[in-house]
Amino acid sequence: MLKKIINKIIEGFIKTSGWVSSIIVLLIIIFLFKEATGLFTKSPLEEGYVLVVNKKNPIDKLSPDQLKNVFDRDSTSWKTLGGMNAPIEIFTVEDISTFYNDSMIGANMENLPWCINDHIAKTENVISYFPEKYLPKNFEGKIMHLDNVSVYQFLKNKIWLPSARPVAQVGALPLIISTLLVSLVAILIALPIGLAAAIYLAEVADSRIRTFLKPVIELLAGIPSVVYGFFGLVIIVPFIQKIFSLPVGETGLTGSIILAIMALPTIITVAEDALRTVPKAMKEASLALGATHWQTIYKVMIPYASSGITAAAILGIGRAVGETMVALMVTGNANNFTFSLLKPIRTIPATIAAELGEASYGGMHFKALFALGCILFLITLVINVYVEYLSGKKTK
Amino acid sequence: MTPKIETKNLQLYYGAHHALKGIDFSANANTVTALIGPSGCGKSTFLRCFNRMNDLIDGCEVEGQILIDGMNINDKYLNVDELRKKVGMVFQKPNPFPKSIFENVAYGLRINGINDKKTLEEKVEKALRQAALWEEVKDNLKKSAMSISGGQQQRLCIARALAVEPSLVLMDEPTSALDPISTSKVEELIYQLKEKYTILIVTHNMQQAARVSDRTAFFYIGEMIEYNDTTEIFTNPKIERTQNYITGRFG
Repeated sequence: MLKKIINKIIEGFIKTSGWVSSIIVLLIIIFLFKEATGLFTKSPLEEGYVLVVNKKNPIDKLSPDQLKNVFDRDSTSWKTLGGMNAPIEIFTVEDISTFYNDSMIGANMENLPWCINDHIAKTENVISYFPEKYLPKNFEGKIMHLDNVSVYQFLKNKIWLPSARPVAQVGALPLIISTLLVSLVAILIALPIGLAAAIYLAEVADSRIRTFLKPVIELLAGIPSVVYGFFGLVIIVPFIQKIFSLPVGETGLTGSIILAIMALPTIITVAEDALRTVPKAMKEASLALGATHWQTIYKVMIPYASSGITAAAILGIGRAVGETMVALMVTGNANNFTFSLLKPIRTIPATIAAELGEASYGGMHFKALFALGCILFLITLVINVYVEYLSGKKTK
Repeated sequence: MTPKIETKNLQLYYGAHHALKGIDFSANANTVTALIGPSGCGKSTFLRCFNRMNDLIDGCEVEGQILIDGMNINDKYLNVDELRKKVGMVFQKPNPFPKSIFENVAYGLRINGINDKKTLEEKVEKALRQAALWEEVKDNLKKSAMSISGGQQQRLCIARALAVEPSLVLMDEPTSALDPISTSKVEELIYQLKEKYTILIVTHNMQQAARVSDRTAFFYIGEMIEYNDTTEIFTNPKIERTQNYITGRFG
């Protein structure tokens, strides 16, 4: 009787654990995407601020990119934005004392809204941006609407300044490029070395060396990434700086090297297992035909194990793409749009880790970081699905 | 006439286990010799001495002489890869490579440095004809070797071994994984191959030994108990243990 109850309890526990963990995973994904979509449904203008122009200005709407150009003084004429033929005059609240004296503004700035209204109504080519609380009751200007950031702009734009004013710049392209570039180079370094090591362990090393080497390599996978980062900072960074005579040694290449070292244990163990599953009969058939050991390895064993080896490579890439701490420590954390490996860059995970602490909850910056998280999630999802596909193909 | 293959006082140890105890054996060219005996008697080990496949096993030591065409191949300075090009082998289970039918047969030629397309095509066709498989696969040479039947796969493996034109062919229970029809095809093939090759075949099937071989050697716990013409062994065995085995009283 008691045994039956215990069995029931264990059964229930196992079932609920399965469900609970699946639901948690789903909820995390839903939360991630929900927060990220906020980026594309919310005005990119800083919260609590308004953007205004003179009533006679024919333009009602600007895109975030156009607005940025205006405030960066890259667009200086309304004509380039499809408006009147006049230069753009930017007015900020700080400029108010150049137009009105202290007595007009009032000792406690109680007349400030009136002054702002007056100035905007008088100046046809003005554009201004100020806190909503200074907006006068019967405002005579025109409140501008700002387009939302589009997914395309998010992916295409090259500037990542999510706390910029008046409009946040959320161009993820440099981050995406850096992440993919660093991972790709890491895998290009790690794959040949990892494959060679796997072949050595599976085929060349005698059993005594193997029993020593295999656990050591597996141990490498267990070292905390911050230790790798520290090692990179102290050894690889000065080394790279010296041999390429760079101003700084924290570059994409440095990150790639450390990530390659970190991906090696995965690649070696998975590829070695794949090589070990090659049937003895396959090997013997090749050797019996007079093939040398090396010919057997590269003409029979590697093709036979190729799906396993590909899986090893992709798992290694997955590790490199998602790695945060090393990227944060050794890649220089500079938001550069570059394909060069010898410049400081910043990857997606490093950006999220570095900036989430300073982004205000629910703000534009916060949502942009979640959108970056989504991109990272999608990259690793594609990688995982591909691994599943490959290993599924192998078992058939 | 010098024998094609010969062993003199062949001793083989797997570590401490004495697996072959002083085998003196010889077989003439263009004959089929069957090696029979209960499991673990050393007949497969003996077969694998002729292409040094035992080298792959850790702790395996071979003493004595193994002669092929009068040359001792049990010599640590011998180029084993060259030896294996002259000694073909067919295994217990069909083990084609996961490549096309054509590439399976061409494999041995390619590792010999033959890459000329025309030569390859000629030699592959010749080998497939010798293995009596050509008619069945000639339109599907690009098909994966894994997609044909087990019997066809085993004949493909025979073709693969024949393509490099060995003079000696070793067969380790080549029909044990095949159905009766495929088995009879392979047996017929062995009988025909005798014209060009010297064949050593390990088998558990007494009828098969009687059908395909000229001479039969009976092995028991690492010793060659009796070796004689096949008809003699099966009709008039000199030693009681041989008689007990072939009549099915043990083994």
